[in-house]
Order: sequence, then C-alpha cells, then structure tokens
Amino acid sequence: MFEIVRTIVIRDLTLAMRRRSDVMTTLFFFVIVVSLFPLGIGPELDTLRMIAPGVFWVAALLASMLALEKLFAADFEDGTLEQMLLAPQPVFVLVMAKVFAHWLITGVPLVLLSPLLGLQYDLAVETLGVLLLSLLLGTPTLSLIGAIGAALTLGLRGGGVLVSLLVLPLYIPVLIFGSGAVEANVSGLGETGHLLMLGAILLLALVAAPVATSAALRISAE
Amino acid sequence: MLEVINLECIRGDRRLFSELNFDLSAGELLHLHGHNGSGKTTLLRSICGLITPTEGEVRWQGENVRRQRDEFARELVYIGHKNAIKADLTGTENLRIACQLDGVPVSEKQAWDALERLGLRGHEDLPVRVLSQGQKKRVALARLLLSRSPLWILDEPFTALDKAAVSYLQTVIQEHVDTGGMVMLTTHQEVALTRGQVKQLGLGWKRDGDV
Repeated sequence: MFEIVRTIVIRDLTLAMRRRSDVMTTLFFFVIVVSLFPLGIGPELDTLRMIAPGVFWVAALLASMLALEKLFAADFEDGTLEQMLLAPQPVFVLVMAKVFAHWLITGVPLVLLSPLLGLQYDLAVETLGVLLLSLLLGTPTLSLIGAIGAALTLGLRGGGVLVSLLVLPLYIPVLIFGSGAVEANVSGLGETGHLLMLGAILLLALVAAPVATSAALRISAE
Repeated sequence: MLEVINLECIRGDRRLFSELNFDLSAGELLHLHGHNGSGKTTLLRSICGLITPTEGEVRWQGENVRRQRDEFARELVYIGHKNAIKADLTGTENLRIACQLDGVPVSEKQAWDALERLGLRGHEDLPVRVLSQGQKKRVALARLLLSRSPLWILDEPFTALDKAAVSYLQTVIQEHVDTGGMVMLTTHQEVALTRGQVKQLGLGWKRDGDV
C-alpha cells in the first residue's frame, strides 16, 4: 500500500515538473494578490499590519480554489481515474496520495513564500513564523476539503463556479482560525489556541475527506 | 468463473439491456457485439463495477463483486476507450505506473521488453504525447503482456491498430485464453479470433439491413 502511494505521488510530481506553467499559475496568483494590497493602500504600516492576516488567508483560499480544478480533471479525461477506481487498493488511499501530491505542488510553495511576502506588511519576525505555521497547518485542510468539491463536480460544465459555491463555505472555519492565529499574535494574545484548532480541523479533514472524496469519485466516474 | 445474473441497466430513461444472463469460465472468450449505442461499453463497465447496474448482479467465483471489490480488482484488467496513459510521461513510465496500480510491480527492463514486443522499439522513452493514436493504444495494451490477472475486459482493443498489431494482439489474447484465462471483448472489426470457438453475445434489437 505504501508502494502505491509513493508511485502516485512521484507520478504527479513528475507530471507537475513537466508542466511547470500549471504550478506557477497558482503561486503567481497568490504572490500578486498579496502584493497588490500594500501598493493599493499605501505605506500606512498600522493599516497594513492590521489587514495582513486576512489578506494572506483569503489569498491562500482563492489560490487553493484555483488549483482544485486540475486535481482530478486530467485523470478523468485520460481514463487514469477509471483505472484508479479499479485498482486493488481502497480508493481513499489513492485519494490521499493525490491530495498529498497536490498539496506539495500548490500548497507548499505558497507556505514557504509567505514569510517573504509578509515583509511587505511590516510583520514582526515572530508573526511571520506564526503566519507560516498557520498556513502550514491550514493549507492541507484546504486541499482535503477542496478534493470533495473537485470530485463532485468532475465532468460537469461550469464545474469551476460550482466548486467555489460548494467549497468556500466549508473553508470558513480554516479562514477564521488561520487569520485568527496571526491576529492574536499581532495583538499579543497568544496564538496557541488558534493553531491547535487548525490542527484539530486538519485531523478531522484527514479522516473524513478522503472517504467522502472516493465516494464522490465513484459517482462522477459512472 | 464470472457470472452475470439478471443484469439490467437503465441510463437516463433508456433501458439498454435487461434480464441479461451469461457466464464465462476459465479458457473462454466472449465476443460482445451490437450496434452503436446498444450498451456494450455500459455492460463492460457494469461488470467491472464502474457503473452500478439498476438490477441484478455480477458474481466472481460465486460471490457478488461489489462485496469483494479489491479481490476482484486484482483479478481483472480493464482496457477501455480511454487509454489511461499520461501524455507527458514516457511509454515505460506509463506502463510501470499502470502495472503498479494493477498490483503487479514490474522492473524497468520488463517494461522495455513489453513495449518492444508491441513494436515500440525506439519509442520507449519518448513522451507519449508525440506518439500516434495507434502507438498510444499499443502502450495501453502493453499492460496485457505483463498482467497476471485471469479476467481481461477489452473495449474495442483493435481500434487504431495496424494489421500487424491486430494479428499480434490476437495471438496474445488467444494465448491467454489457452492458458486458462478469460477474455471478454467488443470489436466491430472482422478478426479471425472472433470467428473461432468463442461465445457470442449480441445486444440491441436492430434487424439486418438497418443502419
């Protein structure tokens, strides 16, 4: 079972490396959205510090949304998805592997880049650390929850819009606790509680989302 | 042994087939035929478990396949209309991943050999994107050479293949059947394979001469 997870992760990473433009779209989107705010608002440091958590998290949410469409679409088109449903392994294991690869490709670069982008908002070094940590805990949850929506809307016309309607409401808790953690650190309240909540949501998503996703994939593949 | 019992499938408001009964034992080849849109692909997909039939059941070794999904999947190779290969990966990469998904890991060497036997010498490490339709199909079919599963379900395996490949594929299928395998296939092409001692199953209700 570990072998199959490794195979799928390596396959998806190889595919992403051979089609780098797809990966870059999400990352550039995040970088540009986050960088536009300081330019638009001007050099008022207090305002920037105040809006930073919200801006980062909303941008991360939208970037993750943008990447979702490609999660299963290619596999569905070329028939690989059928073969994955017919593999002698539980489908949720394959789903986990795919989501993990997807997070490595679209989530991790964004997480790693965020402290650098945070400098534009005059965030303290400690706050940058909290921002990084909150994104590190939150973005896998976004990928996991998003996978359910992506699987449900597979092969539908206008699936992109539908996926936002389905998934964005489910992203709200992550948004609240993610930006909450950074805000709490800025205001000196301590971020531990928020981060623990993010971790708890991640665990819940890790248990429930792959099963829901595989059920949705079976329906979509019919 | 594969048994299909009282199978019925309704897609939308069209009944494609109903009260369908047949079985397939070791060493048998079943040729499924019918006009376009008669439900051949739907039948093959419902046997694989990709489509839930409206009524009836499919049994493998006496037990409903839906209750033993993983076990059945290990015994089955399904090659459908879609080739299930990634355009950006090479032939060998595709083949090795496909075999790994089947639960039969193969070495780099075995993958090269299989592709070579299917006439893809010199194309093994090119991205599949640059290959022709027929060559892509050959990459997909190379899985059969490495599979250890007894049941092969092949949806139009001969399309896009040239004469030499068609006849080679026929010998591969014949060999599999002779060594106790089971094959179920659809094809519109006149091939020697389907004229021999094979089971025939027709779907649809058009008369001769209808288009």
